[in-house]
Amino acid sequence: MIPLSHFLIVAALLFAISVAGMFLNRKNVLILLMCIEMMLLSVNLNFVAFSHYLGDMAGQVFVFFILTVAAAEAAIGLAILVVLFRNRRTINVEQLDSMKG
Amino acid sequence: MIFEQIIFYLFSAVLVTAAVGMVTVRNPVYAALCLILSFFTSAALWLLLEAEFLGIVLVLVYVGAVMVLFLFVIMMLDLNIDPLKEGFAKYAPVGFLVAGVIAVEMIMVLRSAPFQIATPRAPAPENNTEALGAILYTNYVYPFEIAAVILVVAIIAAIVLTLRRRPDSRKQDISEQVQVKREDRVRLVKMKSETKEQA
Amino acid sequence: MEAMYLAIPLAPLFGAIVAGLFGKKIGRAGAHWVTILGVAVAFLLSLVVANDVMFHGNTFNGTVYTWAVIADIRFEVGFMLDNLSTMMMLVVTFVSLMVHVYTIGYMSEDPGYQRFFSYISLFTFSMLMLVMSNNFIQLFFGWEAVGLVSYLLIGFWFKKETAIYANMKAFLVNRVGDFGFLLGIAAILMHFGTLDYVETFASLKNFAGGDIEVFAGWKWDAVTVIAILLFIGAMGKSAQVPLHVWLPDSMEGPTPISALIHAATMVTAGIFMVARMSPIFEMSDTALNLILIIGATTAFFMGLIGIVQNDIKKVVAYSTLSQLGYMTVALGASAYSAGVFHLMTHAFFKALLFLAAGSVIIAMHHEQDIRKMGGLKKYMPITYWTSLIGSLALIGFPGFSGFFSKDLIIEAVHESHLWAAGYAYTLVLLGVFVTAFYSFRMFFLVFHGKERFDAHGHDDHGHHDDEHHGHGGTPHESPWVVTIPLIMLAIPSVLAGYLLDPMVVGEFFHDAIFVNDKAHGFDPALQGLLSAHPGIEEISAAYHGVLGFVLHGLMAPPFWLAMAGLGAAWFIYLKDDALARWAYDKFRWLHTLLDQKYYVDSFNQKVFANGSVSLGNVLWSIGERLMIDGFIVNGAAKAVGWFSGVARQVQTGYLYHYAFSMVVGILLMLTWFLFF
Repeated sequence: MIPLSHFLIVAALLFAISVAGMFLNRKNVLILLMCIEMMLLSVNLNFVAFSHYLGDMAGQVFVFFILTVAAAEAAIGLAILVVLFRNRRTINVEQLDSMKG
Repeated sequence: MIFEQIIFYLFSAVLVTAAVGMVTVRNPVYAALCLILSFFTSAALWLLLEAEFLGIVLVLVYVGAVMVLFLFVIMMLDLNIDPLKEGFAKYAPVGFLVAGVIAVEMIMVLRSAPFQIATPRAPAPENNTEALGAILYTNYVYPFEIAAVILVVAIIAAIVLTLRRRPDSRKQDISEQVQVKREDRVRLVKMKSETKEQA
Repeated sequence: MEAMYLAIPLAPLFGAIVAGLFGKKIGRAGAHWVTILGVAVAFLLSLVVANDVMFHGNTFNGTVYTWAVIADIRFEVGFMLDNLSTMMMLVVTFVSLMVHVYTIGYMSEDPGYQRFFSYISLFTFSMLMLVMSNNFIQLFFGWEAVGLVSYLLIGFWFKKETAIYANMKAFLVNRVGDFGFLLGIAAILMHFGTLDYVETFASLKNFAGGDIEVFAGWKWDAVTVIAILLFIGAMGKSAQVPLHVWLPDSMEGPTPISALIHAATMVTAGIFMVARMSPIFEMSDTALNLILIIGATTAFFMGLIGIVQNDIKKVVAYSTLSQLGYMTVALGASAYSAGVFHLMTHAFFKALLFLAAGSVIIAMHHEQDIRKMGGLKKYMPITYWTSLIGSLALIGFPGFSGFFSKDLIIEAVHESHLWAAGYAYTLVLLGVFVTAFYSFRMFFLVFHGKERFDAHGHDDHGHHDDEHHGHGGTPHESPWVVTIPLIMLAIPSVLAGYLLDPMVVGEFFHDAIFVNDKAHGFDPALQGLLSAHPGIEEISAAYHGVLGFVLHGLMAPPFWLAMAGLGAAWFIYLKDDALARWAYDKFRWLHTLLDQKYYVDSFNQKVFANGSVSLGNVLWSIGERLMIDGFIVNGAAKAVGWFSGVARQVQTGYLYHYAFSMVVGILLMLTWFLFF
């Protein structure tokens, strides 16, 4: 049998990789969004693993809701991205500095 | 048991590799494909954890809908990739350092006693979907409905954001046609009747 | 009956409102009719009530309206009608009525005619509320209301700069007294938990000990503190040293006001209040000693200033101060009934003197300097004779009202056992001489001697029988609306003294005034703490009828001192002024001292006025501009601005910076949980 910590370590690696991805692809909003999706995936993996090992279905319910919200977030994020590209002809984060104080 | 372990390590390796690929490839399309791969392998891991329903949902919803949407957007936008990759090498050390520190710290946490569970405390329910549904439609029925509302809001928001009026496009507006009034179309002009000579 | 009690103060209020708000509509005649009617109604009803209270013993003490209840503190409008308050009501309404009538003549040419009537009616209302009150809140209301009307009336001619200065001064000086008064009321509420007179007095008898920490570590007997605080209020209102400075200046107001408010009624409110609170004051020898000292000082030294004044109204004003001092001395000697008795007689003869002075002023075309008068006797017989009566009453000539009341006070001080009584007795005795001297100095200068006024008026003598005379005319007797009140006031000025028998010696005030004499001892428990005050008791014991009192008075030193003062005035101002010139040369410094009113005004101006201004300047420049404006208001804005300026550097606007901060935050939190 595989112990719980193995799953958790995989999830931690996945999280760390997506953090690294945010650093590496700091200019591409698309990749940033994907990194966020992958972070959520790692969290979900944690939830599912705990749910299984603790024998509590609540963890899976949580994953269910996270999936819902993540889908909504992806939809809106991409819509914003499309509008952004339509207006600025770019998705380069470096050029999106009108929020600068 | 050895079979399960083989499956786990194999899929975990694929998952991590796909994740690393996603953050490093230059082309966003490849990145998206890598992400799809990692979703697939995750779904497999979830099946291993006896979360069949969620595993299937992950594939259907994420791979089938969300990632297709991603790919669609990537391809629809006419992206110039080169400037987006600038500074990749410059920030790589920092990125990997931070990621490494996070990973090391997390693993240190995970080595502590509470996480050392070798076998499940309770046997998984016979039918995962049924068990999830039973709890979702009873204890979590209000959050479930809120989730539904959130999705509707997301749909409306996405449509409103991307909807645009093209003034140059020719289209039929039926409600305008129906609401038209006589005054809009007919103009009465008063003028003298013409005499014979003029005619 | 209650409706009638209520009608007494409300009738003048009605008149005041009608004359004040609809003055333009009802015209000048309408204004004086409605207000005179209101006051007349109040006077007649007061007579009815007085008859009921004094002769049938139907005293009343009750609440007619509850204004507010806060926890168990009740703010009420209520009346306490006993011999003391009904006597005050009679005096107030009678003098007020006389002054109303007199005003028709005095103010006939003034554009503010309706306003004036409205004010004096309002004053009558306020004063009635004050004297009829059965609780401290209403007392304070009346107290402040009369102060307000006094302020309005001193500054009645608001285009005159000195008048505005004087009313501001009166207002400010009264603030000092009222502050003490309010503190006193607060202390009563704190210690007795009630604002009702009767309840306060009732709990007072069982109230032993109890301290108030005036300053840290300096404990005083609570009753002494209360009594002194209340007396500070009385000092402000009744113009006792050192809060006397406003009263002479208040003469800037029209003369009827000087008579009504600043001589007969309002200024005696302090005396009335102390008499009303006699149970409190009787508990504190310290307070009584203080009252004696203050009163005696006022009585003598203010009289001295009267000698050097040349303004006819100022002379009468200083004499008022001096007489108020006499009343206060009476209070200090526990002879409350004598004080109140003097209050009453003084109200009549001082109002008379003021109105007579006003009559002279009308005749002299608003010339007030007595050095420019003289020989008016033949032009103004009625004014002359009534003034003579008033002056004789003032100096205490045997048989006139002032004689009885003043002699009584002097006797009472003589009998007092308090340690300040010796000082007070000396000063009040000397005061008798001074009073006689300045009174008849003024009288002789105005009515006798050479005619020193502008002589060119003599050419067209005899053409000025109408009221609307031109300037520069010969003086002549005032119209009947002026002379009738003079005669009406002259009558009680003579006769009021004969009420001595029932009012002071008898049991008249025994329900209203409490004296810690042998007959009305305290609880045995308290007896040891306090010395008994003889009050009027010992005089009563030696009293053998009015005639005997007069005869006794003829042989007593006050009479001879008064005669000496009168004679001195006659000699110096009519016969030969060599003595005056000699004294003036010899004691020039004394004259200057008196002329400058002991430099109290300059002192106040220098220390309090300039002090406040410079303190204000300091507070303004340091407290306001530097601390509040600079540090707190602008400083807060600047601090926010500075902080924002720093914080905005963090807001780069780049999304990835925000993402990084989140990631770094996660990292830090992880590290924190892991290693700490």
